[in-house]
Amino acid sequence: MANKHRSRGWVILTSCLWLLSTTALALPTIEHWQTAHGARVLFVAARELPMVDFSVVFDAGSARDGAQPGVARFTNALLMEGAGGLDSDRIAERLSELGARVSTWSQRDMAGLDARSLNDSEGLEAVTSLVSLILQRPDFPPQAVARVRKQMLTALENDEQSPGSRGSKAFYRQLYDKHPYGSPPGGTPETLKGLQRGDLEVFHARHYSAGNAVISIVGDLSRSDAEVLAEKLASALPAGKAVPKLARVAEESIARHLHIPHPSSQAHVLLGQRGMRRGDPDYFPLYVGNHILGGNGLNSLISGEVREKRGLAYSAYSYFLPMRAAGPFLLGLQTRQGQEKEAIEVLRKTLQNFVRNGPDETALEEAKQNLIGGFALRVDSNKKILGYLRMIGFYDLPLDYLTRFSQNIRELSVEKIRDAFQRRIHPEHLLQVVVGPAGDEQRKQP
Amino acid sequence: MTMTRLAAFGILISLALATAAAPNAPQAFKLDNGLTLIVQEDHRAPVVVSQLWYKTGASYEHAGITGISHLLEHMMFKGTANHGPGEFSRLIAREGGRENAFTGRDYTAYFQRLEKSRLGVALELEADRMQHLRLDGAELEKERQVVLEERRLRTEDNPRALTSEGFYATAFQTGPYRHPIIGWQQDIEAISIDDLRAWYQRWYAPDNAVLVIAGDVDTAAIRELVDHHFGAIPATTTPPAAIRKEVPQRGAKRLLVAAPARLPYLLLGYKSPSLNTAAEPWEAYALTVLAGVLDGDDSSRLARELVRGSEIAAGAGASYSLYQRLDSLLVLSATPASNIGVPMLEQALRDQVARLRDTPVSERELARIKTQVIAGNVYERDSIFYQAMQLGMLETVGLGWQRRDEFVAGISAVTAAQVQTVAQKYLRPEHATVAILEPQSMQGSTHGK
Repeated sequence: MANKHRSRGWVILTSCLWLLSTTALALPTIEHWQTAHGARVLFVAARELPMVDFSVVFDAGSARDGAQPGVARFTNALLMEGAGGLDSDRIAERLSELGARVSTWSQRDMAGLDARSLNDSEGLEAVTSLVSLILQRPDFPPQAVARVRKQMLTALENDEQSPGSRGSKAFYRQLYDKHPYGSPPGGTPETLKGLQRGDLEVFHARHYSAGNAVISIVGDLSRSDAEVLAEKLASALPAGKAVPKLARVAEESIARHLHIPHPSSQAHVLLGQRGMRRGDPDYFPLYVGNHILGGNGLNSLISGEVREKRGLAYSAYSYFLPMRAAGPFLLGLQTRQGQEKEAIEVLRKTLQNFVRNGPDETALEEAKQNLIGGFALRVDSNKKILGYLRMIGFYDLPLDYLTRFSQNIRELSVEKIRDAFQRRIHPEHLLQVVVGPAGDEQRKQP
Repeated sequence: MTMTRLAAFGILISLALATAAAPNAPQAFKLDNGLTLIVQEDHRAPVVVSQLWYKTGASYEHAGITGISHLLEHMMFKGTANHGPGEFSRLIAREGGRENAFTGRDYTAYFQRLEKSRLGVALELEADRMQHLRLDGAELEKERQVVLEERRLRTEDNPRALTSEGFYATAFQTGPYRHPIIGWQQDIEAISIDDLRAWYQRWYAPDNAVLVIAGDVDTAAIRELVDHHFGAIPATTTPPAAIRKEVPQRGAKRLLVAAPARLPYLLLGYKSPSLNTAAEPWEAYALTVLAGVLDGDDSSRLARELVRGSEIAAGAGASYSLYQRLDSLLVLSATPASNIGVPMLEQALRDQVARLRDTPVSERELARIKTQVIAGNVYERDSIFYQAMQLGMLETVGLGWQRRDEFVAGISAVTAAQVQTVAQKYLRPEHATVAILEPQSMQGSTHGK
């Protein structure tokens, strides 16, 4: 059946790799170039479906907010509210008439836009023109600015009624303190009220430039068609230059306990510390170690101890969130009021044991089998491939990141993982955030 | 694959439900024991998804045992006569797979996603737990706590989910859609191991199950593989589910939900037929279009007029479930903008509904929705999981998977007059249910125990 998955743009490697020796491993071929104005482009041709996905991201997330928390997200949210003289209704109608789907989004590192379109040539051309307008010439209509500000304030209220959101916000703020990652991407009521239309224009002009952009394209296009598309997206952006390097995150511990009272039936627990950046030399040992510890659903140690053995929580997990600078390493669970002390103890013990002893040999073997044997699932749709292109492009990861993924995992040993965890993870110095009703045990905590 | 083996297989599998031969058209088969198999070939990537759907779910439950389908779904991972607790997940993970399960109103389904050569293990394990589940009392007590934590997480501590739960329990008086899928807390606490055994015995049977396999597979080989793993399971005849029908609604209903929150929230729903219960299928497609007129994308009326235009809503949406076993609800939901009161928001939503009754939608709106549906039909092929979901859902709610391909034509044929007709027929003020979340102070005492 190997001849059945015929597809242009995929290299079918008959693999002699361990674990996959009997199957074909399909990897998307990533093409890479720069537009005339310096935007980086990553492209995978996928000719099976008559559609194109593309995304344009900028180093314009909340890490660039500076003294104006919320300005990055505010700016991004205005892109589709009016551009090049077209108002928001007209933009929405045009996209709808073209059968296209476009959405803007912003996080801590990246901000940008995702688009999906049929690839009938006129339609795709029209979508591309509209998207270029949205990216290049947003009008920031005053009334839309005022309305989006109100909507963002409402979103903050919404966060306040969710114990999970409150916990996460407090966790980042405590963990990163003055580093830009400590600033809430959605801003604060005070900063949002202070942001003016001019601030958004300045932020846009500074950050939405070709030199600061990564364009990813996956779909039913030839390389030359993809080049035309990318040029069109980037050509009218100011050439600009890449923004200055983001400040390093120091590897200091923020061992602190924080309790936030919330009228919920559960306590939401977050434990963690500063973790790693994208491209970190310890990425694979930490990633695979965490897969065993708390990243592989019910098969992970944390879930086993907290949920399967004790029934203390529905969801108990750990993860690294690698970012431009060191993102967090985080363990979490939610448990009913009164049980949090026990649950936290289990969580801490599980981590301590793991750091002290490393994974056992069988667990590592099984994790490798899971990650390598399941590699094909990571790239089985255009949408997923687009996600990888964006990540590889934005974080300057090697273009053979996917090709080498399995090899990097295969090479790991119990010792390498234990060594990485012992150097990087410090269970005795974790930040602890608990959101929930105040119990006796919490009042006693420092 | 040899012809001999194919011929032998032909004897074992007696009835082909459909023989659509076009590439990428699903094919369905029925095993002698009653199991329905639907295979959707899709060769874009060397992966496969397997979904085993059982025709049982929250709408099959009655007061006292609500949540039992979902609790049983959790217990399905707790081992069989042949495998220990948690081993299912571990074995699938070792094959590089990802797996989980979901419970809905009309179905309970279990799925695995794997590199295509690993499917056999998943089928072996699914066939095993279809027959040999070990329901252990001690495991139940732990899992009951897990499900109660899940309920706290998803519902108790989420003021909108709490409002929505009350909304369905109010809109439906006798029909089973009034019960939350996860179950009422007291029922979750009370369900016994014997209740679970009875539920498992009653519904987990080959003739009550639909196996959907999609991905880079060969249909003939799949038939053989499925027969190898499931063929020996004895035939069953599952008695039909008794359905307590919803009584006609006599007058509008109103519910206020007081919960610690910061933002009000409003739900406005109207009983409407699903494709399954509609007198004429076009009514259900017209209701789908109607929901799209309100909330298809950013150009739809709620976003354009209530969020942007009048700025009455901070957010607003509309939903309608085409594929359900029983009658559906067309639901409008909204959060007021910061300086707007709930009465004004409710009036704005009601005005939107009245306009659908009074005035035909414009041809441009209609054309946009049809364009989106046709494009969406291409986009959704990017996910084999989604394709399998559609087939399994259609089959388990009683419509049959073949109806999938009728969707685009069904939507395309809808006229503005038909949208107005269903609005007049179903979006009647006397059939409305309103639920309003009234935020209570978040300071001070806690709710829940």
